[in-house]
Formats: sequence, C-alpha cells, structure tokens
Amino acid sequence: MKVVIIGNSAAAAGCIEALNAAGANADITVVTDESKAIYGRPLISYYLWGKAQEKNMYYRDSGFYEKNGAKLVTGTRIEKIDPKVKKAIAADGSEFAYDKLLIATGSSPAFPPIEGLSKKNTHTFMTWQDADNIKEKLTQETDVVIAGAGLIGLKAAESVSARARSVKVVELAERVLPTVLDAGNAPVLQGLLEENGIEFYLGRSVKKIEGTDAVTKVILSDGTELPCSLFILAAGVRPNTALAKEAGVTVNRGIPVDEWSRTNLPDIYAAGDVTESTDLITRDKKIMALWPNAYLQGEAAGNHMAGKEAEPPQLLPMNAVTFFGYPIITAGVIGGEGTSVYSAKTADGIKNLYVKDGVLQGMALFGMVDRAGIYTSLIKDKIAISSPEDLISGKFGINWFNKSERQRKMR
Amino acid sequence: MSLEMVLNDFRIERDNEKCIRCGVCIRQCANDVHYMDEESDIVLANNEACVNCLRCVTVCPTHAITIVKEPNQVRENANWTNDAVREIQMQAKTGAVLLSGMGTPKPYPIYWDKMVINASQVTNPSIDPLREPMETRVMIGRKPDRLPKNGELPPQLKLDLPVMFSAMSFGSISKNAQESLARAAKETGTYFNTGEGGLHADLRKYGKNAIVQVASGRFGVETGYLNAGAAIEIKIGQGAKPGIGGHLPGEKVGEEVSRTRMIPIGTDAISPAPHHDIYSIEDLRQLIYSLKEATNYEKPVFVKIAAVHNVAAIASGIAHAGADAICIDGFRGGTGAAPMRIRDSVGIPIELALAAVDKRLRDEALRHQVSLIVGGSIRNSTDVVKAIALGADAVYIATSALIAIGCHMCRNCYSGRCNWGICTQRDDLVKRLNPDIMAERAANLLRAWQHEIQELLGGMGINAIESLKGNRLMLRGIGLNKTELDVLGLSHAGEN
Amino acid sequence: MKKIVPDENWCLGCKLCEVYCLTAHSKTKDIIKAYRKENPKPVSRMQVEEGKGFHIAVSCRHCEDGKCIKACITGAMHRTPEGFTAVDKERCIGCLTCVLACPYGAIVRDTDERHTVSKCDLCIEAGEPQCVKHCPNNALKIEEV
Repeated sequence: MKVVIIGNSAAAAGCIEALNAAGANADITVVTDESKAIYGRPLISYYLWGKAQEKNMYYRDSGFYEKNGAKLVTGTRIEKIDPKVKKAIAADGSEFAYDKLLIATGSSPAFPPIEGLSKKNTHTFMTWQDADNIKEKLTQETDVVIAGAGLIGLKAAESVSARARSVKVVELAERVLPTVLDAGNAPVLQGLLEENGIEFYLGRSVKKIEGTDAVTKVILSDGTELPCSLFILAAGVRPNTALAKEAGVTVNRGIPVDEWSRTNLPDIYAAGDVTESTDLITRDKKIMALWPNAYLQGEAAGNHMAGKEAEPPQLLPMNAVTFFGYPIITAGVIGGEGTSVYSAKTADGIKNLYVKDGVLQGMALFGMVDRAGIYTSLIKDKIAISSPEDLISGKFGINWFNKSERQRKMR
Repeated sequence: MSLEMVLNDFRIERDNEKCIRCGVCIRQCANDVHYMDEESDIVLANNEACVNCLRCVTVCPTHAITIVKEPNQVRENANWTNDAVREIQMQAKTGAVLLSGMGTPKPYPIYWDKMVINASQVTNPSIDPLREPMETRVMIGRKPDRLPKNGELPPQLKLDLPVMFSAMSFGSISKNAQESLARAAKETGTYFNTGEGGLHADLRKYGKNAIVQVASGRFGVETGYLNAGAAIEIKIGQGAKPGIGGHLPGEKVGEEVSRTRMIPIGTDAISPAPHHDIYSIEDLRQLIYSLKEATNYEKPVFVKIAAVHNVAAIASGIAHAGADAICIDGFRGGTGAAPMRIRDSVGIPIELALAAVDKRLRDEALRHQVSLIVGGSIRNSTDVVKAIALGADAVYIATSALIAIGCHMCRNCYSGRCNWGICTQRDDLVKRLNPDIMAERAANLLRAWQHEIQELLGGMGINAIESLKGNRLMLRGIGLNKTELDVLGLSHAGEN
Repeated sequence: MKKIVPDENWCLGCKLCEVYCLTAHSKTKDIIKAYRKENPKPVSRMQVEEGKGFHIAVSCRHCEDGKCIKACITGAMHRTPEGFTAVDKERCIGCLTCVLACPYGAIVRDTDERHTVSKCDLCIEAGEPQCVKHCPNNALKIEEV
C-alpha cells in the first residue's frame, strides 16, 4: 500500500507510527516544503528563548523515517492533488502516486489588513525558520511589538522578554488568550506577564507599520504610536485548505473529517491543524489546532488505512502551557449557560472546574495543575458526578473512583 | 480542675538533625503522640500518650526517635517504687480497678532459669541431629491401659513438635493475628487454640489445626463449631487471672466479633468466673461427655485450669472425670486485660505446678491416661525441653507467638489501640498485621525452636522427645533450696 | 513487562514508599541529605492517596498505549526497548501536556532547573523498585503484566 503524507508534523508522525504498529507494511512518503525532519513546533518559542537547543527540537530520532519504512522529501511544495489518477504533484513537477493520501498541511499565519507589513524586521512566528530569523535580529536595544495575544503571540512575548528592551502586545479582544480563557480567568495570566515586563494594549489592533526601510514604529487603531524595531504578527492562523479544495474535497474554514480522519473523498484523509473535527463535548465540528489532537488524528488515519480495529480518538480543546514557569492547563468547555463552577484557591494558584448536566465539562487550572489528567479522563469519559465538591477537594484522585474501578485502573 | 499528678511513663527524644519531617511517626501512632508544628517545621510529641510500643522507632526511616523512661521519678525508694506511687495516684484519680495486659512483670523467681540440662559425654554418646533421625513428634490424648484388640485408640492429636499456640480469642486479638497463628500451625504441623471467642467463619478452613474452646461464656458454641475443630478444650481457668472470669468491652464487639461470638453488637462479652453448670467434679465429667457425645467421640476433650495451690488434686479429679488432656496455665501467663492485682498476686509458677501434677498422677497410676499440656511463660526452646523433662507432653505458647508476629510488650493491650494490629479491632490498625508476613514469622519461630530442641535432645543422647518426658534425671537444680528441689523432684547440680 | 501494583487491602498510608522513592531519585541517595540538604529537594514519583477507610499508592502504569507519549510535543516521553515508559530529561521542556493527558495523574513536576517532569522509572538505577522493597506491609507488588 502506497501512502503519501503531505506535511511533516505531529499528524504525519501519528500516521506513520500507527501504520507500523498495525503491521501494514506500507510504503510511506512524506512530502514537506520545510527543510527539517519533524520538529516539535511548539518548541520554537523555547528555542528562541534559549531554553531548547537545536538537537532537542527534533520530535523523533534521526533514524525515525527509515526505521518506519518512510521516505522524507523536503523542500518540496505539493501544488495539486489529482484524485482521479491518485497522484500528488509538486511545484517542480515531481509526482507522488498514492493508494491512500493524508493531507496534513497545517495552517499559516493570517494576514489582517495592516499597512507596511512588507517592511524589514517584520516576522510571523510559525516555523523554526521564523525563530531563527527573529533570533538573528534580537538585541538588548530591540523594541518588540507583537500583534495578537493568543498562544503564539504570548509565547513569542515570553521568549523575547529576556533579551529585548521592551515587549508590547496588542490584542483586539478585551483580554489575553481570548479563545481559551474567560474574562474572569484572563487577568490572572495578564498580571503574571506584566510582572515580567510585558505591556498590553487590549481592545485595539495594529493599523500601520511605519519606517523607511525597516520598521521603526507601529500605529494602533486608536491612534497610539509605539516605538518598534521588531514586529511579530501573531494575529491568528488560517488552515491551508487550498490544495484540498481544488481537488474537490469539501472544505469549510478547515477540512471537515470524521472520527477516522476521512474527508468526503475516498482514500483521502486529513489530520491536524488543517481539519475541523468533532468536539467530544459540544458535538460540533471545529478547528482544534493542538499538537496532541493532531497526533491522534494522524494515528486514526493510519489505523483506518491499515484496516485496524481501534477506538477512535477523543478530541477536545485543551492546552497545557507555562509562562515563566507558571503552569496553566485548560480543557473542554469553560463557562457557558447552565454550567456550575467549582473553584479552589490556595497559595499554589486557582482551580476552576466546570460541571454541567452532572458531568465535568471543562477545567481551567492556574498554578494548581498537578494530576490534571485525572480530570481530563472524567471529561473525556463523561463520568457521572454526584457530588462535584469532591472534585475540588485536595484529596481528589484515583481514590474518588469506586473500589472495582480503582482495582481495574491500577492493575 | 485539679493538677494532673500522674506523670508520663515515657519521653520521646527526637534527633532533629536526622528527622526528615516525613510524618511517618505521626501517621503510625495510634495514640496520637507525634504531631507536626508547621510554623516551626518541627515534629513534637505528647509524651503523656506514649506507651513505648516502639512502632514509631521501628518505622522511622532515619532512626531519629529514641524513647526513654521518663527521668522525672519520685525519689529512689526500694519500697515505694515509682510504680507503687503511680498506681495509687491513678486509683485516686479514677476510683477504678487497675487494669493490665500481658503476664505479670513482677520479679518472682523464674524456675526455668534455675534448672540446667544434662549432656552426654563418653558413655551414652550424643546423637548428631543432622545425621540421624530425631523425633520431636508427640501424640496428645488419652492412652488406654492395654492396647485394645481392635487396635482403636481414643482420639489423638498428632503434633510434629511439642509446641502449640495457646488460647487467644478473636475479640481479644484481631482476626489477622488469629489467622497468622492458624496458618503457621497448619504449616508446621501443630495446633492453635480459638480461645473463648469462637471460630470466625473465614478461619473455619483451618479447623483441622484448631482446638476449639468452650469457656464459661460459651461464646460461639454450637455443634458446627465443636465439629469444626480437631479437639475441644473446656476452659475452667487462666493463669493470668485465676478465679475470675473475662470481660471484653462492648467497644470491641463489632459486627464480626458479634457474629462469631453469637452476641449482640456493642454488648460487653462477660465470661462468668465459674461455668454456671459446673459446681462439682461430677458436673465437669458430665460436660466432658456431653461434648464427646456431640462430636461422636471423635475429638479429644481437654480441660484447662490455672495453676493454683492445690493444682495436683484438681488435676487428679480432672483425670478421673475423663478428660483426654489437662492444660495447666501458670501464673506468668499473659492476658489482654486483667485486674493488675490479680494478675500479679494470684496463682503459682507453672514449673512447680507441672512437677506436682506429674508426680501426683504417677502416684495414682493415672499419668498415662491423660496428656499434660503446660503454659504460662514458655519463652524459648530450653523452657520447652525443661517442661517436658518435668513431665509435660507438650507446651502452649502465647506471648512468645505474639512477639513473633510483632508484639513489643508495651502491655497496653486493654486500650484497644495496639499499634501492631494484634489486640485491637480497629480496621486501620488490624490492617498493619498482614498474615502473609506474620504467619511466616510465627512458623519460623516454631521451626527454629524445633531445631534447637533437636540439638538439645541429641546432646542428651536421646533421639525421641518421648524419652525425655518426665525424665527428671536430665535436669539439675541450681541455686534452689531443698523444698524447691523436692517439689520439682530434682537433685541439685553436682549431686547424683 | 513489569509494573508496580498497589494493594489497598494492606496499604497503611505510612508513605514510606514516597520517602524511599524520593531518596532513590536524589543526588546523594542518602535519606537525610536528600530531604534536608539537597537543593532543589527531589520529588517522589509515588503518590499515596487517602480515601475513605483505605489508602492507594498511585504511580505510573507504564501503559502499553500511553496517552502521555502521544501527547508529548518534544518526543521526550517514549517507550524503552525493555517495555516501560520513560522521560528523556534532555528533551523535556516542562510543557506539562503529559500531565494533562495522564488519567492516573502519575506524572509529577520535578524541581530541576528546567522544571521537567518525572514519573516512576521502575528504579532502573537502583536495580529494583525501592518502594516495593521498603513497604512494611507487602502492599506493593511487582507483577508481570
């Protein structure tokens, strides 16, 4: 079976490892327009910060592809997919015939209407190359302005703060991490970042980048002018769906896929940031651009390609991130109508659990992140909860389950 | 409110350089002695609550704890000792009978330690137990005057070594403790005794190694129980508290104790002083035969008495009454709870009682008819050997067995907070005694003693325990006066 | 493949397993130094929980299909050839995605400079699991699963 994977990140790894675990004996080709082997994309901020070295960036060992019967083709951009003849065709004309195709093209930075984006020292922050570019320019005299206080923008801010002279973040919403945190939780994070020298301009956007050759200042929507010698655009991402759309795959904002990562076209799968998958809790389809979800979707595709019987992945929005060592973990649905919130606050931080219709739907943990995975299992398995106060207690753990469940878990 | 005059017995000394504040001592003390002072980051102790059970000392991973006798004592006085003063202070405070646990600690003479054992030299050479068969097996039961024509003997118990576990009831000790002894008995080919608390349903499977007791409270006694065991023992008395009954406080009568003893939950389990249906030796005979009838004459019936002044006459009566074995419990015997004054002053030493009974039964030509089993502080294998030489068929051990399974002799058994999981019914404490571990330890004790007995026998030039039974010539007294030597039936060391 | 199985019928909640786990993963391997002198203080990978009338000692299950391995963004969490789950401390950057994924809460945040994660490693360094060795009541057993 010939398997072609377009894209070389978490989803690709999941697919390759699943095919091997299933003993599929597939002939796998991975085609990427980047130059590197699979690297942990979220690591680029640690790399920029200096906390991760080059050798630690790679997701798997150097022998990974060979050991798993895969061939890696770098620096090659696929321009067209022809489902009739089952071929993926690259810009340079090379053709990749497939029996099964996995589209794992991920996403690209969104470009809002900002004047002057072509000036020098303006960057996006998606790839290792981006991190290298920024690293080169960053000095003790650099004034950094970042558009977007999402995960990418804030991680970028964290990683440059040690070296830059100033770091300013501009965000359209009234709070940081607007898609993950609510108005009650966000100020906790904002306070922490401000303590570390990051300044916020909320409820505004960047309108114009000014400078003769390179950027020297940016102008916000409310007229505020900020000095800037390095600009980072982190104002959202767009799934790279053009390739799929042209080939006749149904596409919304992302490529909708089922639990086995199948698109509407036979033998064509999609996984990772380019897809819309079903949120386990809300049951609606949405983009859940998260590394672990991408891996699981790739794995599901691989299992299905190999004809292996397996449980489909349980996907929900979730995040585990640290800012200056302070951990924040979120998962599931945070807030919303009919939800009861159970909170605990100690010297270690804040824990908010969201219960609706007798099950745990979501959590937002600040600082108090120990053993969060037990909550995740309650959310994913939709375990009935009769007394939610027990969840918030310091004694919560495996002991919460009944005896036979405990015995089963611990064997 | 008045001053607390009863001072603590013990004091905790903690090496704070070694203490890692892990809190194991805090969690493991059932008396809540240790506690954490978070502010000062130091572990402190409530000395008043400490009973010197040594649990914390044993579990502390850095050996940071030392328990010392409280240095604050009244002025030295050979008559008014600190204990004598303290006992009065306690009675003045509570107006109550002083309770005690385990056997009397008073410095009465220990006759075992005043007898020495013979060994072979030149004539009648020693036997090497590693090279030649050495029989430690004994048969307990009534032996007929003549071998019957059909070869059928009265029921016997076969012991692979002359040591059995003595009576300790479920209720006075935990189920885990009793299970450990049951398993060890099965493992080593001997028997354990249920005591007066009945036989727990979960332990019925060890019935073949059980001696089931019928005591004055008749707890748990029904035909199933009687038939479950290998032998039946009628308990008339106990060495630690002769003449009085027993009392298990209602707090210790939980669901399982209630079911096993066949009494309501939470009621005090009182064993009356006499059996209210035994007021004469004829009554005893009647009970012995009722029990034999109930068990189809398949089980030997023992009668257990405390060692008291005219124990020889009583034993003779019991032999006439038809008992298959007489069990004598000396005044050093242990208990879970007994009034201190009775424990310390009532009864006589087992060594003297044994010698007196053995002589009396021989004089009456009855000795072969009954087996003699003795207990009341058998502490090691030489005590066993000496007991047999004085006339016993076998010995009962209880305190020794409990020490093997973790008892540290703090003597606070009656509190119900045994930190070693032995004499308590609290679930969290009973858990500490894992029969997988403790059954092995109890069995080890018996195996070790068996080997030592074999060595001692071999040294005497004897290759079977039967040849030692009542063989006073193998013993000599040392530092004993004439009366003592006469009672024991021994010559003094150096004499023939 | 081995794993450490807790027996809540015999667990006393004494937490000696935590003491010996911490010490086994310390620099000095000496209990007193590990607790009182080492800075940062090492962490135990074993966590003894208190329930109603029982205790349960929770540590990594070395799951065959580990959720932590699939969640890990650096590839630090992996399966060894011997068949247990291990963290590559060089690769781990302490993002805690594995903590988010583990349904047993068996992964702990360590106190090292980079705040990596730690979990039961079946005491490969010590040669035999120290928690099992020092449990005073046979409440931890090594079982082949």
